[in-house]
This record gives sequence, structure tokens and C-alpha cells, in this order.
Amino acid sequence: MASVASTSVESGDERAVSGGGHRPWRAVTSNRKVMLGLIVVVFFAVLALFGPLFVGSNVNAFGLDRSAAPSSAHPLGTTAYGQDVLAQVVVGARVSVALGFTTGLVATILAVIVGLVSGYVGGWLDEVLSVLSNVFLVLPALPLAIVLASFLPYKGPLTIAFVLIITGWSWGARVLRAQTLSMRNREFVTAAKSTGEPTWRIVFYEIFPGVIAVVVAQLLGTIIYAILAEAGLEYLGLGDLRGVSWGTMLYWAGNNDALALGYWWWFVPPGLCIAVLGAALAFVNFGIDEIANPRLRTVKAEKRRTRGKAKEA
Amino acid sequence: MRHLTRRIGFYLVALWASATLNFLIPRLAPGDPARALLARMHGRISPAALHALEVQYGISHEPLYSQYWQYLNNLAHADLGTSFTNAEPVTNVIARDLPWTLALVGVALIISFVLGTILGVAVAWWRGSRLDTVLMPAFTFISAIPYFWFALALVFILGHTLNWFPSNGGYDIYSYAPGWDLGFFLSAAQYAILPAFTIVIGSIAGWMLGMRNTMITTLSEDYVLMAEAKGLSQWRIMITYAARNAILPNITSFALALGFVVSGSLLTEIVFNYPGIGYALVQGVQNKDYPLIQGLFLIITVAVLVANFLADLAYVVLDPRVRSERG
Repeated sequence: MASVASTSVESGDERAVSGGGHRPWRAVTSNRKVMLGLIVVVFFAVLALFGPLFVGSNVNAFGLDRSAAPSSAHPLGTTAYGQDVLAQVVVGARVSVALGFTTGLVATILAVIVGLVSGYVGGWLDEVLSVLSNVFLVLPALPLAIVLASFLPYKGPLTIAFVLIITGWSWGARVLRAQTLSMRNREFVTAAKSTGEPTWRIVFYEIFPGVIAVVVAQLLGTIIYAILAEAGLEYLGLGDLRGVSWGTMLYWAGNNDALALGYWWWFVPPGLCIAVLGAALAFVNFGIDEIANPRLRTVKAEKRRTRGKAKEA
Repeated sequence: MRHLTRRIGFYLVALWASATLNFLIPRLAPGDPARALLARMHGRISPAALHALEVQYGISHEPLYSQYWQYLNNLAHADLGTSFTNAEPVTNVIARDLPWTLALVGVALIISFVLGTILGVAVAWWRGSRLDTVLMPAFTFISAIPYFWFALALVFILGHTLNWFPSNGGYDIYSYAPGWDLGFFLSAAQYAILPAFTIVIGSIAGWMLGMRNTMITTLSEDYVLMAEAKGLSQWRIMITYAARNAILPNITSFALALGFVVSGSLLTEIVFNYPGIGYALVQGVQNKDYPLIQGLFLIITVAVLVANFLADLAYVVLDPRVRSERG
């Protein structure tokens, strides 16, 4: 925690922001976990953006070649309806990635506003906002999402995004509130207050840069949650069943007994994509954690010196 | 004691909030799903049940506050309405399905928390060792796998292809009936292996990674250095000095992550056709059985709140600071 605070003081100072802007970037690029994760995330982003241009527009059209195992014509085989699995995975990336990133972003913005405001302003507003975020934190998200999604008449990405934002903001708000509380009485905040800066400016221009590392960690965590929960909701048939996404692919695979019939090529690729993308984001997150908190870094030399005896014991 | 009373007060607020959400969602949802539903139910259930539904979904012409009062009154009398699917009270469905979920998720959760915490202590202690460098990335990957997809893979490989474990249902329905009978329990245990394994694998990474981080932070505290300087045994420093203090934040995150684990477990039940709450919930969604969906949502919330409270109790036992707190 101490190290997070020290970086925050640095970046809260305006000179540091304009002058030494390269240091954080180098810290990020020299961390292997972050780089590995970023490469995979960028790969999926490019796939989602440009991939659909190469596989044609109508990947849902029924084909004659049904439930075919992977071959040169269909590298990942076909579904029970004769659709090419590879083409569906590529097009499905668009919905899954876009939905995961946008809902993650919106939920994090909500978390930043609630967390920073309630941490800085305090008083009754803080009481109300903390109870609200704690309540949303203990309410089980997926069942609430299922209740919401089952009552909303329109099934599709917007419904899922709405449900995931409602259920995904509270954790970040709680963490950011705690961070803000610890920064509220720092010198630069007091200085800004005494020069008569308005509250909203102090919150978003003085405190926000200081908690940016935490915000990024929350953003990544929320995106992972959004991608996993989206897949879960769609697997339950609460998504847009006429559209193509990784979750709906799994829904159709499940509905057609792909498992019992042994059509592994239908349900393995979408699930693997979700897992690999989620893991990549988690890697970036752990890497950033290590950068922000040097104690978490793996330092072999130091370890051997102080804990060498542990192995013999 | 003051700490616990405050927590109980908070859980009551959370319970009230979820009950109120449950009341408001059908009334605020656009397109009036409740009216469409009642039109569908005409002639299929008794007029009395139909009236009860009207009250439940706000079709009646009474003002909102009296509907709300009636709703809370029904809840206080454990009346969750009638499920359409078999026209039986929702409470009956819950009484039948809840024990399955509690047993499965409860056991799996305890196993994964204990194992994950021990692993976290180990990889933090031997940081940078081969154990650490292999387990960390492996568990990061595992933590990103959707539960239900991992369950699908298990069903496919261990269930269908190798046929090692049963992967469909909660017990052998051809040989046993639910009851206090050893054969039934053994059968149920056998059927629970794969779903429980899924939940353990799906949730263990979170506990391990969390414990590793807090343990590493604790290991750099001065009292750990002091213990080392005194020449205490490595095991004693690891367990009673570092791990005991590091576990406190992990218990807090245990309480907070419960909701996620429960969500994952519900999806796991669906893949295995396990006769618990999650499976009933999906049946409810498919049949647009709103009273069932809402009743199950409430009972899941209550279960999560109770589990949170148990975690609070554990915290009080482990942390003397909370116990001695006065004022």
C-alpha cells in the first residue's frame, strides 16, 4: 500500500506528469507478465476489429456439411447446422470483446465516481454510498443478473451490458473509496483546498491521478468479470440467440448435445478463447500489481539470503 | 459484540434491499411481462392462485405502498408464491433443492478455501522457487476459465469418453430414492465428485493468489524479521507469525467473493443437471416461471448473507482486535 501511495504523490505533482512521463511506460513494457498479456489482448482486439472482414458476413447461414470434424475445408469443423466454427469464433469475438470492454469501462467509470466522491466528500453522502455499494457487493451478481435479464423484454447485448454494469461496479467503488480516504489529508490536497479549488476539481484532477494504478487494476478485473459473466448469461440463453458470440455458441452447442455426441470442436474453441483472453487480462493485472507494489516482485537473490534455511527445515 | 451487531444490522439492510429489488424489478420492467404472463396462466391455475399472482406482480389496482406492504407481509410468513411449472408452492421447490446445493457448494467451498490458502502460504514462503513459477501462471489461467466451460470439458472427458464418473444428475435414480439410507448417500457422493471438483478448481486460484499477496506483504513486517532474529523455527514463523496475520484479509475477500463462487456453482449445476437451486433457476428462466425465479433469487441471497455472517464470526475468533474493541 505504501508504494502505491508514493507513486501517487509523484503523479499528483504536476511536474512529474509533464516531465518524467516515460518511466511508467518503461516499467510496464519491461514486465514480462504485462507484455505477454498485452500481446494476447491486442491479438483478440485486432481479431474482433478486422477478423470479420475475412470470414464473410453471414456466418449463421446453414450449410450442408453438418457436424463435420475439423478438416482443411473447415479448420475447426462445423456445427450441427453446418456453420463453420472458425468463422463463428472470429465473428463472435466482436460481440464478446466489445461487450466485455465497454461494460467494464462503464462500470469502472461508475465505480470511480462513487468511490472518489464518497471517499472525499464524506458525511452522510459517504454513508449512503458505502451502504449502497456494500449491499450490491454481497448480493450474488449472477442470480441478480438472471432475474433482471429474464424480466427485460429485449434480449441482446444492451440488456446484458446493462445487467453487468448494475452488478459490476460495487467492488471497484469500495476499493477506490478506501484509497481516496487515505489520500484525503495529503499536503497537495490540503494545498488545493486552501487555494479555493472547487471540490469536483480536487476529486478528479488532484486525487484521481493518484489512484490511477488502482483504477487500471479495477478496470481489468471488471472486464474479466464482464467477459465471464456475459458468457454465463448467454450460455443460459439470455443473450441474443440470433447473433453470434462465444457465449451463444456455447448455448447452441449445449442445446444440441454437442457434448454427448462428441462434437468437441463446437464447444472447445469459444470456451478456450474466453479463458485465454481472461487469463491474458489477469496477467496484465498481476504485472501491474507487481509494478505498483514492489514487494510482490520476485526477487531471487533476496529470497535466498533470508529464507535459505527454509528448504532445509 | 458491537462489531457483530453492526454487521447483523447491515445484513438486515442488504436483505431488505434484495427483497425490495425483487418487488420492483417486475413492476419497473418495460413491456409489462407480468400481464403477458398472467394472460398465459389463465385457466391453468386456480382462481385463488391467479389472484395471488396478480397481487404479487402489481396487476391489482391497489396503490403501490399497500402492494409493497402485502408483499413484505407474505415474505414474513415465508409465502413466496406458487411456481407455475407444477403449480406447487415455491417454498416446496426450495425445500427440495436447497439441501443439494448447500451440500455441494458448501463442501466444495471449504475444500477450495483451505487448499487455496495453504497453497498461497507455500508459494509466498518459497517465492521465486519452481513451485511458485509454475503454480502462479497456471492458476492465473485457471482463474479465467468459465466454470461452466470447465464443467463441460470434465463431462466430456471424464464422464462421456472415459466414463469414470457419473456426470448427470444428483444420484442414481434407478437404484435409490432420496432418504436416510447409506446406499443413497454413497451414490449422491459419487455423483457430486465432478461438480465439486469443478467448483474447487474454479475458485481455488482466487484464494491462492489473494493469500500469496497478503502473505508476501506480511513477510516483510518487522515482527517476522524479529522472529527470524530470535531463531524461531521456520515452520513457527511461517504458520503462527505470518500466515495467521495474512489470513485476515483473505477471510474478508472470502466473504466478498462468495457471490461469485455461488454464481459459478449455479452454472456448474446446470451443466451436470444437478438437482439443486441453480438447475431450478434455469428451469424457471426457460419456463418464464417468475415466482420461482424470484423466490430462488431471495433464497440464494439469504444463503450468501448467512455465509458472510459466518465469515464475520470466523474473523472475530481469529482477530483479537475486533473482539476487544469497545466503543
